[in-house]
Amino acid sequence: MFRWLRKKLKEFFSTLREFPDYAESPERYKLLRRNIVVLMLVVTILPLTLMGLINHYLYRQAMHDEIVRPLKILVNKTKHSFELFLAERLSTVSFIASSYTCSELADNNNLSRIFSVMKKEFIGVVDLGFLDPNGVQVSYDGPYKLRGKNYKDHDWYKETRVRGAYVSDVFLGYRKLPHIVMAVERSVPGVCLGCVLRATIDTNRFMELIASMRLEPDSDAFLLNKKGVFQTPSKFYGQVLETFPMPLPPLSYEPNVVETEDPNGREILLTYAYFESLPFILMVIKPRGLVMQAWYTLKTEAFFIFVAGVLLIFLVVFKLTDKLVKHLEESDLRREAAYREIQESSKLASIGRLAAGVAHEINNPLAIINEKAGLIKDLTQFSPDFPQKDKLLSLTGTILQSVDRCRTITQRLLGFARRMEVTVESLNLNEVIEEVLSFVEKEALHRNIELHLSLAQDLPRIASDRGQLQQVFLNIINNAFEAVEDGGRVTITSFEVDDDTVAVSIQDNGQGMTQEVMNHIFEPFFTTKRGKGTGLGLSITYGIVKKLGGDIKVASKLGEGTTFTVFLPKKAQARKGE
Amino acid sequence: MKVRVLLVDDEEQFVEPLAMRLEARGFAVATAFNGEQALDYIKGKEVDVVILDVLMPGLSGVDTLRELKKIRPLTEVIMLTGHATVETAIEGMKLGAFDYLMKPTEIEDLVGKINQAYRRKAEHEERIQRATLERIAQTRGF
Repeated sequence: MFRWLRKKLKEFFSTLREFPDYAESPERYKLLRRNIVVLMLVVTILPLTLMGLINHYLYRQAMHDEIVRPLKILVNKTKHSFELFLAERLSTVSFIASSYTCSELADNNNLSRIFSVMKKEFIGVVDLGFLDPNGVQVSYDGPYKLRGKNYKDHDWYKETRVRGAYVSDVFLGYRKLPHIVMAVERSVPGVCLGCVLRATIDTNRFMELIASMRLEPDSDAFLLNKKGVFQTPSKFYGQVLETFPMPLPPLSYEPNVVETEDPNGREILLTYAYFESLPFILMVIKPRGLVMQAWYTLKTEAFFIFVAGVLLIFLVVFKLTDKLVKHLEESDLRREAAYREIQESSKLASIGRLAAGVAHEINNPLAIINEKAGLIKDLTQFSPDFPQKDKLLSLTGTILQSVDRCRTITQRLLGFARRMEVTVESLNLNEVIEEVLSFVEKEALHRNIELHLSLAQDLPRIASDRGQLQQVFLNIINNAFEAVEDGGRVTITSFEVDDDTVAVSIQDNGQGMTQEVMNHIFEPFFTTKRGKGTGLGLSITYGIVKKLGGDIKVASKLGEGTTFTVFLPKKAQARKGE
Repeated sequence: MKVRVLLVDDEEQFVEPLAMRLEARGFAVATAFNGEQALDYIKGKEVDVVILDVLMPGLSGVDTLRELKKIRPLTEVIMLTGHATVETAIEGMKLGAFDYLMKPTEIEDLVGKINQAYRRKAEHEERIQRATLERIAQTRGF
């Protein structure tokens, strides 16, 4: 599993590093976008998350300490109060036991007097009794009739006899009421050994001590003995002498805090302390929610801020990357287009130079052929009785015709390459179009071609070369006428594009062309009219428009027709050195 | 009197048949195969129209034209050119050539141009003659 994950991660990061090379695929931008997004998200969200987590833990620690410390102090204080309370009374009992003689204590009147004093001084003392070495209570004062009772088999008695002094946990005893007993064995040497003085303490006093902790209504505090039996009643977990429903926490004489869940399913914070010398455990239970409320609020706020931050980062990263990559894509496209255009024009230029060279070289021998053939024709014509005169005349005629054809081709070639100066004048494009149309109107009439004119009447005058523009439009309109069937339609529209440009579009509903053909139409010698055309018309047109600072756009669909749009600048900006 | 034509071109194969054809059409044709030859010829003999190729080895058509005009300002010159050197031909016309023709030429065009050129030269000469006559007449008037 781990290895698989590692492999996947490695693969992913290697795709981050390597950049796909296939320049024209849209995959490239997708990948680029993904890589940038992932990297940006990683470098922003990772530290944010880390910082958030670290803060979270530090805060939690601090908050926890902050919340727990007062609890511990409270428990410690209360524990001390208990200890003090019990120690005070125990030492009093011990003092009484030591400072009176056996007989004095065995005397009930005497004991009553001591008890009345003691009750006045120490609240919570219920009764006082003196036991002889056999465990029989020989004297007693208090609200119960317990004189003469034998305590020999009681646990507390046995413990007292073993330890000398003892504080019991809560039990019912003969009186059937929960109380605790503190007993001291007389330890004065020699005299009435084994006699025990005992006092009973009311557990109500314990409740007062607990009430003095002033806990919230949701909280609970109580005393347990070390077996987990309730010594004071609890609000939620049971009455006196019932058993605490949870396992006892580990032994600790210092206040300690445990987070746990009570049998009712509440999350609680249990603070407790074991008593060193007494058989008690003091416990304070608070619901965790209550204690940690401030922390939860803080946590929620922090979490919301984190989520909002992450969302914001996502948004910004995605938007930014999108914009960036789009920009990149556009500029790539532009660069590619510019590159293609440069390629195209340099190709045209070099082909043009080649064509000029070829034409020129051919023109000279062509001139010789022309003159020789002409001479033969002359000779034949001027001698009245030349044998096979007619045949020879037709032969030389054919030669001269062929020369004428060659000359047309070379002259067009040269026209393609020639550096004629542009003569700029201010002209109305609509007029130029109408002039050109006068050349083709006859053909349109003849072939029943519908010529639709939609010329913008307010078309601004432009500065350009009239003759060259005529050639341009003538070429394109001728092509349109050739593309349409008899009865087809050619639409010529002139319009203003923007502040600097006007345009003329020539639309036909002829055969159209494929993308492949469209890619090549401006190249010299590319022709679809096999045997009929030189393939120079459109490349010359293109050259002229470029020279005039304009542009040609073609849109075509096979079977639906073609639209040529010629864009021309309003101000002359003839390109140089073409 | 026959129109006197001097045909200047480095291509012998072009010059000779053309010379013969022009002669057949009633011109008195002389030939030269480069600029120097043409200038030599012109120093010795009067010529009405010179047909001058623009692109020649040695002295170029334009240089030849310039020299020629110094020697015989009245002689008309028709520049003969391959298409790519139209600009040169135009420059020639600025220097005083009568017109230019593109190779290969229709013989009829050439003949037409030669006749035009000759007429212009003739008119020119006539004007000069008349001017001279008038001057003589004026001088006589004094």
